[in-house]
Amino acid sequence: MMAGVRGGGHWGGGEVVRPKPSPARMRLADVMRVGAVGLRTRPLRAFLSALGIAIGIAAMVGVVGLSSSSGAELDRTLSALGTNLLTVSSGTTLMGEAAQMPQDAETMIERIGPVERASSVGKISEAKVYRSERIPEAQTGGISAYATSLDLPGTVGATVRSGTWLNAATERYPAAVLGAVTAQRLGVGAAGPDVQIIVGGARFTVVGILHPVALATDLDNGVLVGWPVAESRLGFDGHPTTLYTRSEEAKLESVRQVLAGTANPEAPNEVDVSRPSDALAAKQATSQAFANLLLGVGAVALLVGGVGVANTMVISVLERRAEIGLRRSLGATRGQIRSQFLSESLLLSAMGGSGGILLGMGVTMGYAFYSGWPSVVPAWATVGGLVATLLIGAVAGLYPAVRASRLSPTEALSTP
Amino acid sequence: MTYPMIELTDVTRTYPGGVAALQSVSLRIRHGELAAIVGPSGSGKSTMLNVIGTLDRPTSGTIHIDGYDVSTLSDGQLSALRATTIGFVFQSFHLAAKVSALDNVADGLIYTGLRRAERRRRAAAALDRVGLGHRMDHEPHELSGGERQRVAIARAVGGDPPLVLADEPTGALDSVSGTGVMELLHELNASGTTILIITHDREIAAGLPRQVRMRDGRIVEDSAAEPRGDAWRRHAGSGVA
Repeated sequence: MMAGVRGGGHWGGGEVVRPKPSPARMRLADVMRVGAVGLRTRPLRAFLSALGIAIGIAAMVGVVGLSSSSGAELDRTLSALGTNLLTVSSGTTLMGEAAQMPQDAETMIERIGPVERASSVGKISEAKVYRSERIPEAQTGGISAYATSLDLPGTVGATVRSGTWLNAATERYPAAVLGAVTAQRLGVGAAGPDVQIIVGGARFTVVGILHPVALATDLDNGVLVGWPVAESRLGFDGHPTTLYTRSEEAKLESVRQVLAGTANPEAPNEVDVSRPSDALAAKQATSQAFANLLLGVGAVALLVGGVGVANTMVISVLERRAEIGLRRSLGATRGQIRSQFLSESLLLSAMGGSGGILLGMGVTMGYAFYSGWPSVVPAWATVGGLVATLLIGAVAGLYPAVRASRLSPTEALSTP
Repeated sequence: MTYPMIELTDVTRTYPGGVAALQSVSLRIRHGELAAIVGPSGSGKSTMLNVIGTLDRPTSGTIHIDGYDVSTLSDGQLSALRATTIGFVFQSFHLAAKVSALDNVADGLIYTGLRRAERRRRAAAALDRVGLGHRMDHEPHELSGGERQRVAIARAVGGDPPLVLADEPTGALDSVSGTGVMELLHELNASGTTILIITHDREIAAGLPRQVRMRDGRIVEDSAAEPRGDAWRRHAGSGVA
């Protein structure tokens, strides 16, 4: 007998002193390559089941993206408009009649310390507005005439689209500035010396047209004329109907508390104080609630997508029993079979997830661009979407993968 | 070598329901042998292949493959043994569709831990060895049955395993291709690989140096021929257990 490394006495079925074989670790790239086998051989099925995930993720990313984009737009608007505008308007008396504010309400309000500026408009109810004398009297078009103080644009943040704002000269003469909606209703495209409208039976020259005023939407439907000309030609009584005030942001609440009493000391209950930026924010909050609902719908879609992936994986394992048997005969451990199917499931959902994120971002960017919003997709939505898909892929693939790994190699190989 | 490639001692494999596919079988196959296990269907030869290939464990008895007592190895260690020591050739080839011959062979080495470039290098060498050096880029559907089986053989020997188990390797082939495949297996054996062929075809078995006949889960005849090969192998032992 040879003097072998294994020593003698083997013939009894004996022992060999050698290290036991140990399975080689697979490189990550190889795990991925093996995991991608199923996707490569059945691309349509892989695409369709990834699509399920993609739709869910796209819905969620899109909803989050759109609501953050519209939020960013609101923030941008508010920071441009300022949130320190408080509006005081004459409400109703206890008897239900229209209340009046004192003529010197504006001056009184300007005496409040933190109030930085105040402007007033007075609605001239008797003065109806028409495009020309030929328009029937009943067709007022819902347009109101207002007497306005000259510093109004600075206070409410109104800007002139065409022509100019009133000045100390034009406020004494029949000159009018139209709100954005009014100009549209009357069919006035641009201001000019030859553009005239009828206000309270008199001809007024349109000297300017405003952009829409976000914080004072009443003005959009108005025709603004100077305070003196309103009193002299339109029978305006001089009582302001709405006061706009800008105050120090920090003291806004205290200003708000004294505003009613200052504007109308005799009957503070007859004036309404409001903060127009609150209304905008409230509108935003409403759409946010709706967005949450859509987010839930997206989550359901994602869940359904996950079930689709699980289904695909179960079928994949059933169909590929022979391949599993072959791999076991080639030396794959149970763990390696398990990781093959797990990584296939992860790849599938990661593909769907990243496709969905791109789709969601595309939708957000497209819609934001269309609406002129800044487009914002929060990073947490992107990262969260990816994490969610990987979690779903892991959960969906776990059971099929474990089943595949438990398959007996001989049974798997005997499958035709 | 002082120990046999395959050693079965009183191996019994009973399936649930009481069917005994193997009944107290003992067999010893030395390194470098080329042997046939021949028998009609139901004789237990496939079960034999499965237990020798460590794909199945016996109900009782001990199996040594390349000196390792299979019963002492875990699933992972058995897998490693298959990856490094045993090459399988199946009747139905089990090639991956839409994958080139080269990658089919290279992917067969994926569980050996070799790098991809090395796997492909060895796969190319193995394909050359089976005479398919000119068909490396062909996918299985572009190959004839005989060529497919050659690819499968290349996959089995790509990692240079000392033992190749072939389950009806010519079962799905016409006689010309079948003869070619048998010649290839002879060549591989001549270069030192131990080869065990499971077949029901007595004619094929007759062409091999050793035949082990099975019936009803028992070995009924063993020609126990001396292994072909060199003198250094011959001294290893007297043969049948």
